[in-house]
Amino acid sequence: MTQASKIIEISGLNFYYGKTRSLHNVNLDIHEKKVTAFIGPSGCGKSTLLRTLNRMYDLYPGQRAEGAIRYRGHNILEAGLDVNMLRAKVGMVFQKPTPFPMSIYDNIAFGVRLYEDLSKGEMDERVEWALKKAALWGEVKDKLAKSGLSLSGGQQQRLCIARGVAVKPDVLLLDEPTSALDPISTSKIEELISELKEDYTIAIVTHNMQQAARCSDYTAYMYLGELVEFGETDQIFMNPVRKETQDYITGRFG
Amino acid sequence: MMGEHSSKAYDTELEGIRSKVLLMGGMVETMFLDAMTCFRIGNLDRAERVVAEDANVNQLEVQLDDQCSHLIVKRQPTANDLRTVMATLKVITDLERIGDEAAKIARIAKALHARGAVTLNHYEMVRTIATATSDLLHDALDAFARSDEKQALELIAQDAVIDHEYRSIMRNLITFMMEDPRTISAALDTMWVAKAIERIGDHAKNIAEYVIYVVEGKDIRHTHGATQEASK
Repeated sequence: MTQASKIIEISGLNFYYGKTRSLHNVNLDIHEKKVTAFIGPSGCGKSTLLRTLNRMYDLYPGQRAEGAIRYRGHNILEAGLDVNMLRAKVGMVFQKPTPFPMSIYDNIAFGVRLYEDLSKGEMDERVEWALKKAALWGEVKDKLAKSGLSLSGGQQQRLCIARGVAVKPDVLLLDEPTSALDPISTSKIEELISELKEDYTIAIVTHNMQQAARCSDYTAYMYLGELVEFGETDQIFMNPVRKETQDYITGRFG
Repeated sequence: MMGEHSSKAYDTELEGIRSKVLLMGGMVETMFLDAMTCFRIGNLDRAERVVAEDANVNQLEVQLDDQCSHLIVKRQPTANDLRTVMATLKVITDLERIGDEAAKIARIAKALHARGAVTLNHYEMVRTIATATSDLLHDALDAFARSDEKQALELIAQDAVIDHEYRSIMRNLITFMMEDPRTISAALDTMWVAKAIERIGDHAKNIAEYVIYVVEGKDIRHTHGATQEASK
């Protein structure tokens, strides 16, 4: 694998929910235009880590992060950072599809309007572009005025990805994007991930280890808030260095 | 050695495969020893048994192939589990071939002794190589059973000795044939047997190489100076 440049550099990251420390000195680099997967048992801190990358935790009082997360050289944990701009650059898709209760078209346009002032024609183009990126255009192009909630679960999730892509972010964070989906929708999302990485950097949290093995370039195994092992996905799944990693991925855990 | 899986059934399936491989290993080991006894003293009944046993070994190979496929589709093994399954699929191919070679030796032994008085000391020719190969096979199976990559590494070097010995047998037999044409048929039979033994040595070496793959995740096949590299 060719050496990709680092887009996000995490160093000495600690995270606290109130007094509870849930990340312990995490050091990790995320490479540009690669897919990085986070695996580990429930409560290991993988979602917490993902949520620090666009400061999603800021929405909750009592949650704080220490250390440094350098995104394109700037420490995003510093006070005074424009969090909205950060989230436009580092988008997130959640475990359960979260379409807005509005039309399919507006689901996409809503976010774009926050950051850009586009003409009707330009917006139409952007919506089509985003839906095509998310491999949903063919299925919804004749019903853009229908509610986003009328779509199936798999389509809703792709709508959310389209919404994330529409604002042209740099990084996409996916928090178990397929755990509520059937196998066909799951494989469509996985297919999508491999296409999106042409243009975006992707970080994905997943409980499905085969999914991590299939669609990521790098894998991080976390346990009890610590990063146990990080490496190229092929190496992690064929021949992990740490015994803890091997026990987890072979199902000897617990 | 390894911890248990959260799924007990997974452990049972893996253990089932492992013990069947070892059973198969034991069978071909016995076949080889019996075939060599036939070659030495011409016990024709025993030769028949070796040939018959080959069919059972072939059956086991088919069963194990099937069990491994089922395990892969059901469990999607990873890391050391995956390497174990992949290595098992290769080990059973080598074991099946060893069975074929042993049956071949038994058939040659039958033909040789059926022809009556043997005109050269045929067994003495291959005694050394037969013993070395039998030891190598036994130890390779032992290393596989115990996942002992250090022992496996030592065994790989021993195969070179067998190959060398085989070439020296060839030269010897050629000399006999040139000196006395009456020895030709027995010498040719002996040469086929030596060749079969040498092949069994190669298969045993392969098994040792798979052990290193299972334990360390390193594939050292077809690498020059494999032994030095793997011992690092």
